[in-house]
Amino acid sequence: MTTWPSWQPEVLSFLPAWLWKVICIFLVLQMPPILVSLLVWAERRVSAWIQDRVGPNRVGPFGLLQSVADLVKFVFKEDVVPGQVNRVLYSVAPALAMVPGLVTFSLLPFAERFMVSDLDSGLLMLFAISSLAVYGIQIGGWASNSKYALIGGVRASAQIISYELTLGLAAAVVVLFTGSLNLAEMVRWQSETRILGLLPAWTIFVFPGGTVAFVIFITSAFAETNRLPFDMPEAESELAAGYHVEYSSMKFALFFLGEYAAMIVMSGLMTTLFLGGWSLFGLERVMEGTIWQTLIQTGIWWAKTLFFLFVFIWIRWTLPRFRYDQLMRLGWKVFLPLSLANLLVAAWMRTWGMWGASA
Amino acid sequence: MSDRPGYRTVERPALTLADRLVFPAILKGMAITASHIFEKKVTMQYPEEKWTLPEYYRGVPSLVMDDENREKCVACSLCEFVCPPRAITIVPEERPGGGREEKQPAVFDIDMLRCIFCGYCEEVCPEEAIFMSKEYEVVGRSREEMVFHKDRLYEIGGVRKDPHRKWKNADDEARAQGRGHGHGPAQV
Repeated sequence: MTTWPSWQPEVLSFLPAWLWKVICIFLVLQMPPILVSLLVWAERRVSAWIQDRVGPNRVGPFGLLQSVADLVKFVFKEDVVPGQVNRVLYSVAPALAMVPGLVTFSLLPFAERFMVSDLDSGLLMLFAISSLAVYGIQIGGWASNSKYALIGGVRASAQIISYELTLGLAAAVVVLFTGSLNLAEMVRWQSETRILGLLPAWTIFVFPGGTVAFVIFITSAFAETNRLPFDMPEAESELAAGYHVEYSSMKFALFFLGEYAAMIVMSGLMTTLFLGGWSLFGLERVMEGTIWQTLIQTGIWWAKTLFFLFVFIWIRWTLPRFRYDQLMRLGWKVFLPLSLANLLVAAWMRTWGMWGASA
Repeated sequence: MSDRPGYRTVERPALTLADRLVFPAILKGMAITASHIFEKKVTMQYPEEKWTLPEYYRGVPSLVMDDENREKCVACSLCEFVCPPRAITIVPEERPGGGREEKQPAVFDIDMLRCIFCGYCEEVCPEEAIFMSKEYEVVGRSREEMVFHKDRLYEIGGVRKDPHRKWKNADDEARAQGRGHGHGPAQV
């Protein structure tokens, strides 16, 4: 059908495949640090707006360079290593917490021809890597040799393991419908299938189960990324700062970076799985094959993802923290049966050919 | 029991399905927070905007001159004695020209690191020479800089139009006798 590799824009087809890949990797690697700094700024601005304040607006235009100032502060701060810690693990933990967030970026399909790795098992791979982040938190909590950090770490691992189940089961519904584990394939299905021959079949709209799966997914994503209302591992009022209470300077910044990178990946995953990824009412097919198409698709993808990131922040400044037992009850007694039932219904619909990819 | 006099049993409201699903309540909360995003902000852009301070505001204590630019302080040291944190240091000297007032402060220091802004000095001053100003930005790079000397205190206080003119008669008397001002000119 096409003479150029399907993941390379036509204009750039003169580039050798490996060079385009290197460019992709370079571009994608720039995203997490830039976005995280933007997010930190957005977090502070949005929280201020919600509380009828203005927020940081002095450094640079609209205070956009506030994160740069924060970074400079982090770099120049003393890197305190408390005497009681396990030195090796204490130093390894922040890196362990950050790396999964960065690696999973390579799996996100920003546009049809712009992604680092187009794996057929993309979703599995993404879950496999992102769940490694719990090691960073748990090891950080343990190596700190402090009661607050330890409790924070234990809570984090229990919480992340619990909610990974429902996260996976909710995503499995999407897999059933789109008939693929390949993230790009999923988007392609959502963009090409039509509901009533008109609306794009974004999984969230396809059938009530899709909406339920989305609600379960977004809630579990909050728990996975340790964001309010599920920020048990940090819980300032109970545990000081939880697992990173003994960390300072750049080590603390790495934890921060990992947390926000995980947030971005989760938002991107929601966009990809439930909201049709790079597709938007046929706009994604404009100027087929050109670099403009890739840019438009990337723009659409990021617009949706940024919306979810805004929701992350919005929820944080709306809801108070859950109690630990409430969190566990919600995960095991409500969401797990619900997502299992949802999966069964979806499987039934898929088998009887009511919706879903043609067999 | 509900039949006990003075007691009323309040029925615990039964949770509806919407209540138990929680999500409607969450959406409602999100609507509230979202509406605040567009609300008028209460923030004051501080260095550019400032408060309008009430008349009774107690800022940095300052020395004032009367409307003829004369130093009102007669170095009686009452404020020095009354000052709870002992922030005030006064060294009196003889006032040249000699009038009814014999002394004036050679040194008048207020250590702003000690001052607690209680306003006792203003209250105790019999000459109405020291007032709590509306100045509240007290900054300095060293301890020495935080000790406000006489010149700085007069700079903050400035001239105060004195409604009482309590020395008026004495002044006029002194002028009439050709002794010049009852008080020496301000030694600032």
